[in-house]
Amino acid sequence: MTYATLSELRAQLDSGAQTACSLAEAYLERVQALNAELNAFVHIDADEVLEQAAASDTYRASHGPRPLEGLPIAIKDIFCTQDGPTQCCSNILKGYRAPYDAHVITRLKEAGAVLFGKTNMDEFAMGSSNETSAFGPCRNPWDTTRIPGGSSGGSACAVAAGMAPAALGTDTGGSIRQPAALCGITGLKPTYGRVSRRGIIAFASSLDQAGPMTRSVEDTALLASVMCGHDSADATSVADAPEVDWLGACAARDMKGLKIGRPREYFIDGMDAGVLQAVEEAIETCRELGAEVIDVSLPHTPAAVAAYYVIAPSEASANLSRYDGVRFGHRCEAPEDLLDMYTRTRDEGFGAEVKRRILTGSFALSSGYYDAYYLKAQKVRTLIRQDFLQAFAQVDVLLTPTSPVTAFHIGEKTDDPLTMYLADVFTIALNLAGLPGLSQPCGFADGLPVGLQWIAPAWQEDRILAAASAYEAATDWLSQTPATGGN
Amino acid sequence: MSWEVVIGLEVHVQINTKTKAFCGCSTEFGAEPNTQTCPVCLGMPGQLPVLNSEAVNKTVLTGLAINAQINLESKFDRKNYFYPDLPKGYQISQFAVPLVEHGYLDIPTAEGEKRIGITRIHMEEDAGKSLHEGLDGVSHIDLNRSGIPLMEIVSEPDMRSADEAVAYLKQLHQLVRFLDVSGADMEKGQFRCDANVSVRRRGEPLGTRAELKNLNSFRFIKQAIEYEANRQIELIEDGGTVVQETRLYDSVRGESRSMRSKEEAHDYRYFPEPDLPPLRLSQQQVDAIRDGMPELPGQLRQRFESEYGLSPYDADVLSQTRELAGWYEALVAAHPSDPKRCANWLANELLGRLKEAGRDIEDSPISARQLAGLLDRIEDGTISGKIAKDVLTDMMADGRDADAIIEAKGLKQVSDTGAIDAMIREVFEANPQQLEQYRAGREKLFGFFVGQVMKASKGQANPALVNQRLKALLDG
Repeated sequence: MTYATLSELRAQLDSGAQTACSLAEAYLERVQALNAELNAFVHIDADEVLEQAAASDTYRASHGPRPLEGLPIAIKDIFCTQDGPTQCCSNILKGYRAPYDAHVITRLKEAGAVLFGKTNMDEFAMGSSNETSAFGPCRNPWDTTRIPGGSSGGSACAVAAGMAPAALGTDTGGSIRQPAALCGITGLKPTYGRVSRRGIIAFASSLDQAGPMTRSVEDTALLASVMCGHDSADATSVADAPEVDWLGACAARDMKGLKIGRPREYFIDGMDAGVLQAVEEAIETCRELGAEVIDVSLPHTPAAVAAYYVIAPSEASANLSRYDGVRFGHRCEAPEDLLDMYTRTRDEGFGAEVKRRILTGSFALSSGYYDAYYLKAQKVRTLIRQDFLQAFAQVDVLLTPTSPVTAFHIGEKTDDPLTMYLADVFTIALNLAGLPGLSQPCGFADGLPVGLQWIAPAWQEDRILAAASAYEAATDWLSQTPATGGN
Repeated sequence: MSWEVVIGLEVHVQINTKTKAFCGCSTEFGAEPNTQTCPVCLGMPGQLPVLNSEAVNKTVLTGLAINAQINLESKFDRKNYFYPDLPKGYQISQFAVPLVEHGYLDIPTAEGEKRIGITRIHMEEDAGKSLHEGLDGVSHIDLNRSGIPLMEIVSEPDMRSADEAVAYLKQLHQLVRFLDVSGADMEKGQFRCDANVSVRRRGEPLGTRAELKNLNSFRFIKQAIEYEANRQIELIEDGGTVVQETRLYDSVRGESRSMRSKEEAHDYRYFPEPDLPPLRLSQQQVDAIRDGMPELPGQLRQRFESEYGLSPYDADVLSQTRELAGWYEALVAAHPSDPKRCANWLANELLGRLKEAGRDIEDSPISARQLAGLLDRIEDGTISGKIAKDVLTDMMADGRDADAIIEAKGLKQVSDTGAIDAMIREVFEANPQQLEQYRAGREKLFGFFVGQVMKASKGQANPALVNQRLKALLDG
């Protein structure tokens, strides 16, 4: 039952076969059974969950259901919630309780959702494997010796293992799509500006965007329809963004006549053969469904990773300055003076990867280096944006592998940050361009899930949803579940 | 070889918006520490800035008043440094593209008017306040000021003496108050100045400058600049060289000391603020702000001279503040027959007395309408100007109208010819000797008789009428 989609659960709630309380209990039981092994949740308070569920049942009885009435949604530890801790899986925020709900959390509550615990993630979302978490690594339910991807690893793992029917993630360079791919679920990064960033702990402000992580495409659409919308308290949330008929776009399940671009820079040497094969087969399926597949080029793709690893750390170096031990979070014991307080607090509070990025970013912004690094990276960003504009002059959507590899072993790449960074090579460019992207399952390589990535022009999420739901309907990947914990 | 001092000024002006630059917190001065804060200005994780458009409009207005270029697209940047009263670890400022550029201000100097270039005005947020004193080794932080909007107004190095620097600052101070863009109260830190000072021998290229921080009164600014210029001149004349550094002026000891050298200077690692899109304004918005521009001091001065016939001196006095000018115009509106009389009574009498009590026109216990009521009674001959001064004293003491005081004290001027003639005859009878001497040709005694009659009337006789009747009766 815990592998059901949100739409299936909604039907069960509407028919009275389930209540919000019975659902919450079932998922809590599943978490109880599996979390010690998988470490997907870093905080979950059963009483709080059941209280919300009871309130939802009461609301349903008197007012009828809201869009997410009674549905448990797991929350990445990066979203501020008034209830429970918000720690961004960092020691520097250990025990931190946010004084307010993130805008997205408010929207979820208003839609009747039951907030279902906080999920594991890379510290401050900096990582691609969930190994930089201060709460220890999360494990991939398809093979528990492997990573679930990152940074939204806990959210992906929770959904894949049936510990929650859906979860919230954030995506700065692939942090929704890559773990979704590696865990065999669906995840969407909406167009930058579509979802309010208020109350989401910032990593790289010009790239961060929250999105849904679910089992099915339709579920992604349902959750996105609640999450997205203008917030006047976020100046980068776009007020007059073109509306999307989220659920309507999925209902069509049609890609006849769709022009799909296959960017040659996303099919490269060094990719896992199994990944390549699965994606090629998916492309073939799309052809059979009536799409036209066209070879296109995004020539500046090879520079995307380098540009990203200048821009994101630069912004992060400033965003993380507020963790100084003065007002909240960790403060070192008995500091001798101000400098000692700053240095020891931050040395003790931040993990190695976070420190590496703060230093990288501070260096890139330093006087004398700014032009060579930050400014040049911004120029690359402009070129990458233009690449996409040119491609979209010829095609409606782009189709690529989400990750060049399947889930790797825990510890396999931790000593080699550069190889780790290259795992993001297919997901990063569209963050730099602000475009929407969705990853969905498209098969397996050696028993590990492979993800298929759809990319659309800004604000055209509906194109992605129509195509991805058509592909999903034509395949049976949705029904595949990991053996972990039995069914 | 004579020395020349070269001065450029950076002035931080607190914009007088009701709420802070990037959140809805109040900017009211003097509240209990940390009561005017919210997650945004406390730098809590996940919070985002939203720009206060009123602060933008007031910066644009200031830019227009200094004849500057308004950049229709400007940008915000992050200025990074660690300090406990800077909650985010960076200050949101404008670095690469400020809102206002290339303006000027004309200032009065001993050699006539001089034009001082203004390089730029950019918007930024204030930091909080660290409190160290009297806390026994610990420091406290008050973040009420954190996020209050500031304009930083940066001049060209166009000033050549401490006096010119002070003249520029006073002009700027008056301007921002006139525009109602800042309270500019220096004691409350709403108008703060840093000075870049260098010296050179006349005709040589610019010398190395020192930056003087924390100059918070016109007097200290003058002292600090003069001290610094002399320090540099002595240093060079003794064979030394000036180093680029930041110096802190100690107003108690009357000297400055080095805060940090160029090598220790911060690298602020400025970069574009990703939480705020570029600030875009339309020409229509700018034009609308221009249309709302109040009359500036210079324009007012000219109008007071031409429209009301005031002397340049009175026009200058009455155009010092917007409040005073407004008060004067209200007075003229209520007593339209004699704008000069209005100016005299306001500038000399009312302001003089307020000043003695250390008060401004805003604190006047009587209204413009009430003062006009007093002037009406002078004009219609009910009381003399001399009596009017006494009446004004009473008015200011208890706020009553002139008529009520004149009535209650029986001060109404005697303008009845018969009554005056009777008083004159009594004076003649009491002073037969003087009368004889006058009639023998000692015309100087005329004044003596006037004085005696006025005395007999207890000052209430109409002086013009007394003159007229005396002449008639003496010569008749």
